[in-house]
Amino acid sequence: MSKKPSKGAAPALDMTPMVDLAFLLVTFFMLTASFRMAEPVAVDPPSSIGKVDLPENHIMVTIDDKGRAFFGISNTTAKREALMEMAAKYKVGFSEEQVTKFTGLPSFGVDIKDLPRYIDAKDEERKTFQPQRGVPLDTITPNNQLKDWIAIGGKKAVETYNAAKARAQELNQEFKAEKPRYAIKSAATTKYIYVKDVIKTFTDLKIYQFNLITSLEGGGTVIEPSK
Amino acid sequence: MAEIAEGGGGGHKGGKKRAKKQSTRIDMTPMVDLAFLLLTFFVLTATFSKPKTMELTFPAPPPIDQKPEEVKNGITFLLSKDDRIFYYEGEFRTEPNEKGPKTALTELNFSQNSLHKYLLDKNKEMQDQIRALSVKHANKQLEDTTYKRMVRNIKADKSSYTYLIKTDDKATYKNVIDIIDELNINVVGKYVMVDILKPEMDLITEKVGTN
Repeated sequence: MSKKPSKGAAPALDMTPMVDLAFLLVTFFMLTASFRMAEPVAVDPPSSIGKVDLPENHIMVTIDDKGRAFFGISNTTAKREALMEMAAKYKVGFSEEQVTKFTGLPSFGVDIKDLPRYIDAKDEERKTFQPQRGVPLDTITPNNQLKDWIAIGGKKAVETYNAAKARAQELNQEFKAEKPRYAIKSAATTKYIYVKDVIKTFTDLKIYQFNLITSLEGGGTVIEPSK
Repeated sequence: MAEIAEGGGGGHKGGKKRAKKQSTRIDMTPMVDLAFLLLTFFVLTATFSKPKTMELTFPAPPPIDQKPEEVKNGITFLLSKDDRIFYYEGEFRTEPNEKGPKTALTELNFSQNSLHKYLLDKNKEMQDQIRALSVKHANKQLEDTTYKRMVRNIKADKSSYTYLIKTDDKATYKNVIDIIDELNINVVGKYVMVDILKPEMDLITEKVGTN
């Protein structure tokens, strides 16, 4: 006893639940998305059973398979202040605009003398920026800028952390942020000797604890946002 | 397609208005298209998991005037190119002496029945003790703090092995992470990264050749 459908009418399908769900998902992904700029170099870390999350507040040195070191600070306030102090130390001038732009950049791997030019470069030009030899960590000549970056960056990150903590206490608020930690990210194929140089730089500064970034054992590599 | 009914229910008037009573349909296709486009974009760009890390503490360099402490029960792993690992037990002897013969390297690899098995055999006793403790801990017979202290004591036991990891200049970062990982899996007591010595380097070169 089926009802005869009216002539010519397309079968109506109620899409409302599907659309609801689609928007729900869009909202979810939009709110959870954290936008990051593309790293200047793609690094594929080895896997391990390590289960500790990368701390939110970190100072990271990335080492690519050619042994170039890239430096980054997650906290933007600390990053800004570190750049100011480094600029004063190495007598490189940065405009206010450049400083602001720098805080938005991910890690970088250039000599501080090339940094203003690197900051001014367009996003798509940075990948092919020349010379991009990594932050110098030469201990012989001595031109160990990485050491200064780590020392100053670390100091600023701790200062920023302490300031935020003091402010929270003053206002009687709960304070949740973590202390800054040092992270090393390296490609699986990097020769260990390069990593050792970086670790040596850290231990020279009396920093002995690191988080080595690895992907989770069992094939699950971290999916980096394409851009 | 989703429909939106027009107006309230009060439309029973004249004939003209009756014709309008038929519900108005808004074509939602473009909106849905856009929604799915956005959905796809956010799904693809989402970072699914925060990167995991392995915490590692390096030893502070000893004061210059202090003689390095002699490692008892040491097992030294030497990492080289092409994912090759060699090990020797005890101290390094360039020449045979009263304590034993000249040091020779034994080769292992990163597979389950090589390195893993070797470490398992070496640590059997200690692992059994720790496992027994963790069972007790799981059954709530031990307090958290007591458990932690006891595990630490077992690990710090003088008779347990200390693992030294040394690399030549061809070993990759992956090798180092893999071996530390394996040591972690086998809950060994102590391990440390050390600089390679010249005679050890020579022994490796003998095994793998130069270049």
